Amino acid sequence: MTNHWVDIKNADLVFVMGGNPAEAHPCGFKWAIEAKKNRKAKLVVVDPRFNRTASVADYYAPIRSGSDIAFLGGVINYLLSNDKIHHEYVKAYTNASFLIDGGFGFEDGIFTGYNEEKRSYDKSTWKYQMGDDGFAKVDETLQDPRCAFQMMKAHYSRYTPEMVSQVCGTPKDAFLKVCEYIASTAAADKTMTSLYALGWTEHSVGSQNIRCMAIIQQLLGNMGMAGGGIGALRGHANVQGITDMCAYAQNLPGYLKAPTDADKDRASYLASRTPKALRPNQMNFPQNFPKWFTSLCKAWWGDAATAENDFAYDYLPKLGGASDTLSIFNAMYEGKINGFFCQGFNPLASVPNKRKVGDGLAKLKYLVIIDPLATDTSEFWKPHGEFNDVKPAEIQTEVFRLPTSLFAETSGTFTNSGRVIQWRWKAAEAPGDSKDDTEIIANLFLRLKAMYAKEGGAFADPILKLTWNYTQPLKPSSEELLREINGKAISDVLDPKDPTKVLVKAGEQLPSFAFLRDDGSTACGNWIYSGVWPQAGNLSARRDNSDPSGLGQTLNWGFAWPVNRRILYNRASADPSGKPWDAKRTVLKWTGSAWAGNDIPDMRPNAAPEEMVMPFIMNPEGVARLFARDMLAEGPFPEHYEPFESPLDNNPMHPNNPKAKSNPAARVYKGDMEAFGTAKDFPYVATTYRLTEHFHYWTKQSRINAIMQPEQFVEIGEELAKEKGIVAGDRIKIRSNRGFIKAVAVVTKRIKALDVDGKKVHTVGIPIHFGFKGATKPGFITNTLTPFVGDANVQTPEFKAFLVNIEKA
Amino acid sequence: MNMNRRQFFKVCSAGLGGSSIALMGFSPTAALAEVRTFKLARATETRNICPYCSVSCGVLIYSTGDKSKNSQSEIIHIEGDPDNPVNRGTLCPKGAGLRDMIQSENRLKWPEVREAGASEWKRISWNEAFDRIAKHMKADRDANFVAQNADGLTVNRWPTTGFLVSSASQNEAGYLTVKTLRALGITSLDTQARI
Repeated sequence: MTNHWVDIKNADLVFVMGGNPAEAHPCGFKWAIEAKKNRKAKLVVVDPRFNRTASVADYYAPIRSGSDIAFLGGVINYLLSNDKIHHEYVKAYTNASFLIDGGFGFEDGIFTGYNEEKRSYDKSTWKYQMGDDGFAKVDETLQDPRCAFQMMKAHYSRYTPEMVSQVCGTPKDAFLKVCEYIASTAAADKTMTSLYALGWTEHSVGSQNIRCMAIIQQLLGNMGMAGGGIGALRGHANVQGITDMCAYAQNLPGYLKAPTDADKDRASYLASRTPKALRPNQMNFPQNFPKWFTSLCKAWWGDAATAENDFAYDYLPKLGGASDTLSIFNAMYEGKINGFFCQGFNPLASVPNKRKVGDGLAKLKYLVIIDPLATDTSEFWKPHGEFNDVKPAEIQTEVFRLPTSLFAETSGTFTNSGRVIQWRWKAAEAPGDSKDDTEIIANLFLRLKAMYAKEGGAFADPILKLTWNYTQPLKPSSEELLREINGKAISDVLDPKDPTKVLVKAGEQLPSFAFLRDDGSTACGNWIYSGVWPQAGNLSARRDNSDPSGLGQTLNWGFAWPVNRRILYNRASADPSGKPWDAKRTVLKWTGSAWAGNDIPDMRPNAAPEEMVMPFIMNPEGVARLFARDMLAEGPFPEHYEPFESPLDNNPMHPNNPKAKSNPAARVYKGDMEAFGTAKDFPYVATTYRLTEHFHYWTKQSRINAIMQPEQFVEIGEELAKEKGIVAGDRIKIRSNRGFIKAVAVVTKRIKALDVDGKKVHTVGIPIHFGFKGATKPGFITNTLTPFVGDANVQTPEFKAFLVNIEKA
Repeated sequence: MNMNRRQFFKVCSAGLGGSSIALMGFSPTAALAEVRTFKLARATETRNICPYCSVSCGVLIYSTGDKSKNSQSEIIHIEGDPDNPVNRGTLCPKGAGLRDMIQSENRLKWPEVREAGASEWKRISWNEAFDRIAKHMKADRDANFVAQNADGLTVNRWPTTGFLVSSASQNEAGYLTVKTLRALGITSLDTQARI
């Protein structure tokens, strides 16, 4: 979230699309209710299903799953053609005035530079026109037809209310009503907050769904404001923290883009990761990349990381190509992976196309499950009736299952969706012989290290020299690890303006990332967390919930990254002269000599307004991007593409261009394209979702949750039920081109048929939480049905829009 | 009166004289009638966070025992932490069932192996588990480590063993896992954040 949970109460409009917080995040959703109660805020919901969030909304509009960009593109068009934008904000704080390269264009659904064979773009024209001074050219009047504002306006002019209705199935009057609500927050002192979750991410166009909202919030001037921003309502209690630690291939901790085969040495790696400012006077904060990266290498390899060996640059693996859950399982399916670890992860249930996942696991030499519970994945080899129809004798994978402790049995920090890092204390011992995750990793690592020390083997240096100075090497404590993450001075950190002055003494914890250096004098495991454990102690354990501003900032509760800032881009909550857009919700203001207010300034504290240092300090432009340059795979402006399994024969926005039917830049593996079904055989749109009584595949192991929601069901509308002769309580079979599941039919008024492109489209809603292991009634795994394709940028699978057929079982 | 919940329970359960209870503005009879059965009064209270969704609600965990080395504690109750500024003491239907997850019958209790082609699990020691897994890892790494790519550039990666990192564990465990995997050269790693 750019803001945080409690801040939702400061909104004038809470716009929920792509999420269902009343059921999936109930205790956070209470802040939307507070906004309604105390500010007379409105709640507007757009969703394929009239869910429980919709049931308390001021207005609800239905939408066909997978058509969000058409809807949101329509909103952008509405705001621009009805002049409902925050002009001063757009002009000053976005790249509206930036001129776009003359070679860039868009024709019938495809941007310049497309290579159909590779399913990717040459993005060399997706950039600004550059002036002789080395900065991007701008037209402050916003009149130049090549400026981002005019190009965006032209791009979205096709998204008329009629087109929105045709593509989304949303009645035109309902769409316009939603637009009116949204447009009301274009006023300088009105804010909308956007709440979304997997309903936006789990599409082949997931990133661009969210980009649409980024554009809308820029046009309305809602970023940086209390009660504004974009709220990504995330999954697990610590999925934010684990993302920050970058437990995935593309980044190193703190979102440092990991080296790839293109980065031959440290110098060229740093050069390509350290941007130059695109406008004069901007902070361009990523110019500090070398300090963050060098300090990480020092945290990991200590004295072995020296200027002479490029600070151990070659100890880091270089990423050779795609690496994400889908690509890894595809490689496994092709027999290219030998060993695999699932730490608190149940991929047989949570990855699309269960059959492909199971076949992949069966090709492994060894599989290691590290989990507190007996997961479905751990028994992929074991027959569980028709729910898991396998023959153990044919599966040669050696499977280890290691018991680990749960949240209540360890101490350490979780980071919530609002980026607040909070300490948890251990309450009890884990059952039996369970060990902590850290202990399991330490044991495996130290055994390997001993083997490499004794026997040698492939490139042992990064293993032998990895910093491991924990008091109990086999049991690193959370306290020690959080101190390492925060970072410390290795030698005295000197003031660059006065080298006789020592800012941080050797050995002391760093007060923040501002003290990091690229000369090897500092170590820091994750720069964005720096400040969480300064010399004064553990700030994540702070429990002062006082709220002097009344905005709910609670600056002394835990520690928010970065530098305890609660609202990102908060400089944008004030106008260019430094006066808050809404004084009643002051986040920040210019006092004449410094920025101050009710948050940590997202700005150099002494940057006077006349210096024109713009609020989006992480962008080399200094401003937010309406035109996203070459940052995304499928284009600088979001464009509607159909899901890979669509009920329509073509993309109604580009009916004559089959190349532009579905995301042209999405990666599809051989065999998966063939496994897509068509509307002829599978006429109904299916979407998966979550229940308020269950959490993923976890609570099916808990007795009380199993009592509340004991059995897999599938939700269908009354009209479809009648057509199929199905009544509530019937057992039905749901088939996709990849397999089938059986479940109990729930017939509701909550899902209605929609009129899409002249065709009646029914939606089938499928909860995900069930499986063959647990306290719930044994059932099928929902992801037996889902397609093995993901978003073109981040490869999040398309769980929310695919095709099925149904029949009585 | 400035008193936190814990002190409140203690005062009540200790059955102190009427004077201190009267100080709290309670009538002694009513208060004494309450204290006899309140089991949380003698429990240890620990502050933690619900592991389910990303609201990360604060919870109070009540357990028997006093956390001394020789006492085995058992969790007897979990409720929302009223001091937490986000959830203010509330829990949803998921979080309300936390104790049943901690005490689920499907909790794993010891290391096990399912041998190639076998139909059942077999209990093994941690020593055997670590030893066998580490040997598998080393054999795979030594056989498949890529020091240089086809163009002769140093890449130092081990692509043939993959790792899905938990989003349910604490930051510190995630950090240690990432640090270790990267040192080993693993590039096939991912986490739930993606899906």
